[in-house]
Amino acid sequence: MSAADARARSADVRVDFRLIAEMVAPGSRVLDVGCSDGALLALLTDARNVDARGIELSREGVAQAVARGLAVIQGDADTDLDDYPDDAFDYVILSQTLQATRNPRRVLEQMLRIGQRAIVSFPNFGHWRMRMQVFFGGRMPVTENLPFNWWDTPNIHFCTIRDFLALVDLIGARMERAEALDDAGKPITLNLPWWAWNIIGQQGLFLLSRRD
Amino acid sequence: MGFESQIAQDQADQPHSLVLRFPAGQPLVLDSGAVLAPLTIAYQAYGLLNAERSNAVLICHALTGDQHVANAHPITGKPGWWETMVGPGKPIDTNRFYVLCANVLGGCMGTTGPASLDPATGRPYATDLPLVTIRDMVRAQAMLVDALGIETLFCVAGGSMGGMQVLEWASSFPHRVFAAMPLATATKHSAQNIAFNEVGRQAVMADPGWHGGRYREAGTRPDKGLGVARMAAHITYLSEPALQRKFGRKLQDRAAPTFSFDADFQIESYLRHQGSSFVERFDANSYLYLTRAMDYFDLAADHGGVLARAFLGTKTRFCVMSFTSDWLFPTADSRQIVHALNAAAASVSFVEIESDKGHDAFLLHEPEMLATARGFLESAARARGIA
Repeated sequence: MSAADARARSADVRVDFRLIAEMVAPGSRVLDVGCSDGALLALLTDARNVDARGIELSREGVAQAVARGLAVIQGDADTDLDDYPDDAFDYVILSQTLQATRNPRRVLEQMLRIGQRAIVSFPNFGHWRMRMQVFFGGRMPVTENLPFNWWDTPNIHFCTIRDFLALVDLIGARMERAEALDDAGKPITLNLPWWAWNIIGQQGLFLLSRRD
Repeated sequence: MGFESQIAQDQADQPHSLVLRFPAGQPLVLDSGAVLAPLTIAYQAYGLLNAERSNAVLICHALTGDQHVANAHPITGKPGWWETMVGPGKPIDTNRFYVLCANVLGGCMGTTGPASLDPATGRPYATDLPLVTIRDMVRAQAMLVDALGIETLFCVAGGSMGGMQVLEWASSFPHRVFAAMPLATATKHSAQNIAFNEVGRQAVMADPGWHGGRYREAGTRPDKGLGVARMAAHITYLSEPALQRKFGRKLQDRAAPTFSFDADFQIESYLRHQGSSFVERFDANSYLYLTRAMDYFDLAADHGGVLARAFLGTKTRFCVMSFTSDWLFPTADSRQIVHALNAAAASVSFVEIESDKGHDAFLLHEPEMLATARGFLESAARARGIA
């Protein structure tokens, strides 16, 4: 294991980032949409030697990412993907951002236009905790990972893992890899049907490609 | 003519900086088709060029700037105009980089401009100087860089009109620009920008002291006109909130209005001071030429109307910055640059810096801008293998 690999696997790296890093081929061109302060891009640059680019909505996030030497622009997933030419990237990543976009279908289609592959992770609204809060509490769920009230949440398009699968079908994308992460953020390795993943998976993580 | 203005004239003839004189056999062919020779370029250099000649940074100055980026100004004695950004330990670190800045073509601090003597006539060029463009300025800088034996610049950086030159450099000489940092700038002037420049030019030309541009021979100077031009322009460099915060309706050394046209308000006094100090260090004809060059600049038009074509296939890494309160070169202008660079699949960083200081913010101590520049240059230097 190289030093960079070791860093990528170290305990302080978020589990979903580690999984994404595994999916990305070394030396590839990567765009991270909604890259925040660039933590994932920095990891990918370090561990996978990728040509890393990012888009981030918040000014603070962009300033932090650029100050750490990443090529990040202040922009919006809903509008700014249109600028890029076809096949500009090998991977376009949307990590925990899909639910905050105005038009998730269009964003996903744009990702697969400008990138050969798309990597998408999102909080699963079908998780049992969410279901419990709606079912017993009768209120919109507020959890540790999604701490917002319905009236001030940036997350405007929640979906479940099965909802997402339906969208993947609808846009005619191919699913190359799927992971459900449990409460601890660890991938669920059990071979379970989708309906079970949709209950115990707190996050979904998918590697998609075009069905050419 | 006062003592200081004589010094200003001396700067055009015998600048207090390094000078490179190109003989008549090395002319500069201008966009207008005119041929300029001999050509003089006045410049400043800081730091040391490394053995690989890989650490040269070219700073492009703005409309009323000059080559004195990081040293006391020879006329005003004030600190260099970009000492927030350039100097030992600063983001553009003169301990690490070899930093160059040339007075622009058409300027008045020693590079060939309207105040320079026309060797054909022995008189100042004045308005006989052919109009120059941003691209002409960049070509002249390229001649300097060639003469210094530098093939590829590590970085070209500048704000406002300097940013236009940065974009032109990256477009005209993509292989010679490793990194580019255009700040508070645009690929073209808006109608409003041209309008403000035209007000300035008309103020200069309406001054009886202008004498059709031949004021030096007439022994006069269009100080009033150039002063008014500067006053109007200076407002566009600031922002309404900053003006309000700094001046509001405060009166100047008096308790009540004087019922006269005296400078009762502090803002009036401030602008008058801006105007009168500017004319001591700047040539009125230069002001006409340089504002014209900015108005003419249109990078997309030079590439069939498609801005992305200006950057097609570029390997240069870009760092674009704008400022929230800049209404002269608003963020939308920078976004156009970024969109074009994305369409060209270029490596680009872009951040809009929160500041209420208006267009001039790029010259000031803006910690977020400086941190961003430092991070950008740091990673670029790593990629370029600069120690």
